[in-house]
Formats: sequence, structure tokens, C-alpha cells
Amino acid sequence: MLATGPRALLQDGGRPGLASIGVGRSGAADRGAWALGNRLVANDGGGASVEVLLGGLRVRAERDVLVALTGAPAPATIDGRPMGHNTLLPLPAGAELALGTPDRGLRTYLAVRGGIVVDEVLGSRSTDTLSGIGPPPLEAGATLPVGPSPRAFPLVDVAPVALPSDGPVTLRVVAGPRDDRLADAGALVATTWTASDRSDRVGLRLTGEPLRRRDDAELPSEGVVRGAIQLPPGGEPVLFLADHPLTGGYPVVGVVRDADVDRAAQVRPGQSVRFRLA
Amino acid sequence: MRALTCGDAAVLFEVETLDEAVALAAAVRAAELPVVVDVVPAARTVLVVTDPGADLGALRHTVSELPVAEAAVTADADPVEIHVVYDGPDLDEVASLTGLGVDEVVAAHTATPWRVAFAGFAPGFPYLVGGDPRLQVPRRDEPRTSVPAGSVGLAGQFSGIYPRATPGGWQLLGRTAATLWDTDRHPPALLAPGDRVRFVRVDR
Repeated sequence: MLATGPRALLQDGGRPGLASIGVGRSGAADRGAWALGNRLVANDGGGASVEVLLGGLRVRAERDVLVALTGAPAPATIDGRPMGHNTLLPLPAGAELALGTPDRGLRTYLAVRGGIVVDEVLGSRSTDTLSGIGPPPLEAGATLPVGPSPRAFPLVDVAPVALPSDGPVTLRVVAGPRDDRLADAGALVATTWTASDRSDRVGLRLTGEPLRRRDDAELPSEGVVRGAIQLPPGGEPVLFLADHPLTGGYPVVGVVRDADVDRAAQVRPGQSVRFRLA
Repeated sequence: MRALTCGDAAVLFEVETLDEAVALAAAVRAAELPVVVDVVPAARTVLVVTDPGADLGALRHTVSELPVAEAAVTADADPVEIHVVYDGPDLDEVASLTGLGVDEVVAAHTATPWRVAFAGFAPGFPYLVGGDPRLQVPRRDEPRTSVPAGSVGLAGQFSGIYPRATPGGWQLLGRTAATLWDTDRHPPALLAPGDRVRFVRVDR
């Protein structure tokens, strides 16, 4: 690891099923992009990849490895030669892979054939930024161990998938469970929200005309899901992402459809977000 | 029991009491339903998270038919003692909200043993119930962006302890040096659901 850029974390499929000890799932923020990278390098079961925030990553291979870049299309070079996105890339021993800043999207995934095999914590190599569980954020100078190559061979060289949007993003939302707490049930979908630069892996924070609550009655803390749109007293919603808390005390007025949450994880600060009931 | 819509990959079941919620969560876990990814009990609710594409109508029906036993309480074991320095930033606010003096707030918090209802919010964060009912206060209007590890607080019917520094909206009474969570320890959480806890005032 020669440079990490603004932030580079290891992420895999996370830690499902540990709520009884207070542990959230975490895992890749854009699950589809993470899974695509692993499919390209033919990792069965989904290995740990590097989740790179806004490019800037530089790594050098100590031996020949196969890698793939998915998610936000950070312009990539290997020893200065431009390389493709969503495609299988041979990285020879001694070669340097460098990522520029993507012009759209937030998170780029570097998948490696064999996966990155640091020690697991509670069954996963994901860094949960809320709880602090998992490996620490990656730092320049670190060496990332690559696991043995899986039995399967890569079947596709390139995956034609849509890139993250650089324009307004519309997310499908299911109303509830606490939409009855809104003074105006239609205001969530009528408002054009702007993604705040205070967003992180815990949640996409949205700014705009604050939503008013019907009353300020206290809500006992209750379980929240990835994709939940929570309404703090200030009235500006927070859309929970991979490292969301297990429970929250502010009303959840809608939940983004599971298939659309990955796109929310690629929204950049300043980008417009709208919700559509569907 | 009410089943509330919670997106397309979960159902939020709402019940009348915390004991019902704890018992329902245990019943859902025991049923080992193949579509269920996780079960999150809370004060009046049980969130059942599924794989994407699960038949949520069928899940609602199955859960409503589950046999639910009384919540198990391990009342026999000695309480775990948590030493607290009561110098939290919200002590005066809690005193004013409850109409008690600061010393009375501390006395009320330490006099009655609490019980861990469930874990949540952060790994090893215990939601404690059964303390002095005069200590029910709302959470802060604006959550703090960082609450120090070991902070002991109040919100609603609960007391809780922050295992590590996180954002949080609880009213903070003080701090403890106890290690609530350590992934290298087995089990990693100091406190498990059902455990009893007694807070003890210390000077430092």
C-alpha cells in the first residue's frame, strides 16, 4: 500500500445475524459493486476488497495478481498505462496500480483474486466505522496479504454495468414504519434534497427544507435497517447506510428499497436526491 | 401485536411491553426461519430483517403464530457492579427535568439494580431497565457528535453505557472505566441480556 487517498477500508459481506450482541452487519457500502469485483476475479463466497473513497489509492504488487476495479469509475493506471473499469486486470509483480479521482460516485472497489486475508473479527474482515470492529483503516506502508487463488477461473473479462449517476438520484422508498409522525406525509417525496458533506458510511445526511413532525412525542428506540430514512428533531433526514446503528430513537418515516441502497452509497456531497414512493 | 412495514426486506413488530418484545425476539430466533437474517428487539418492538426478496406477508403470518414464552430473567445471579464517576455534562439538566437534586439523581441511579434488556446501538451497549422510575428523561434534542467511551446516560425508560466514543443523544450522568466491549474477550460483551447491574458511585 503506497497511498490510501482520503480513506481506504477493507470490506466484505459483513457480519449478519449478530444483533443479539449489539453488532451490526457493516460490509461493503455498495454491495453490488463489491460483489461484481469478486465475480470478475472469480472469488467464490465473496472475498474482502479495498473500498476506496474518492480515489487516490496506489498499490504495488509483490507477486503477480489479478484484480478488478468496480463502483465509482476512478481513472486507473498500471505503471502509467490507462486501464479499464469493471474489467479483469492482470497486475504483474512489481507493477504499480494508481487511482485518480472518480468524476462520479464515491466508492471504488479493488477486488483481488484470492481476496485480502487479514484476520477475521467475528467472522468478517469488514471495518465497521461506527462500532470500531474489524481491521483499522488502511495506511500507506501496510502490506495486504492475498489469499490462495480459488478453484474457479474468471469467466468474463468485462461487465457492462451502469456507472453511478453524476446527476440527480431518485431512490424508491416504501413509506413507514413511522410515516404517521410526519405533519405532511407527502413532503418527503416532494422535496429535492442535497447530500451533505457530513455523510459517511453510517448515513447519507440530507439537507433541504426541514420536514415537520406531527408532534414531538418521544419514540422508544427501535431497530433500524440499512436504507431507513430517520428524522432527527432538526427535520433533515438521514438515510442509513452500511454502518448504521442497530437501533435508533428518532422516527423512521420511510425505507429505501433494498436494491436502491447501493446507489445511495455512491451519492456525492452536493448531489441532489429525490425519493419516489414505489 | 402490530406488524409495521419497514421497507421491502424487514418487518417491524410492535408489542405492548418490553418483556413481550424480549420474549418475541427469543421466539423468532428459536424458530430459525430460513429467510430471517437478524432479529433486533427494542423497547416495544422486534425488527425482523430478511434476505432481499423474502415473502414478507408469509413472514408476518408465521411470526404471529409463533408460541411466545415468558421472558427469562436471571434474577438469581449477583449484580455486576459498575463504578461511576458522576460528573456528566447533563447532570444538572437531568436534575431539572426530574425535579430531583443532583445528589438525589445519583442516589436514585445507584440505589436500585438495573437489568440488561437487550444490546444495541453499538456493540456491547446495554439497554438497562428496572431502575428508579423517577429517572425517565427524554434524550437530548440534538445528539452530540461524539460521546466519550464509558459515558453513563439516561434516555426514556433506560440507562445505558457507551462502550466506545460514538455520536449519541443520551443525557450523560457520568463515566466508568469498565471495559464494556473487547473483541479479544469471550464473550466480547461485559453484559448480556438478563444480567443485573448495580451502579456504584466512586470519586475517580
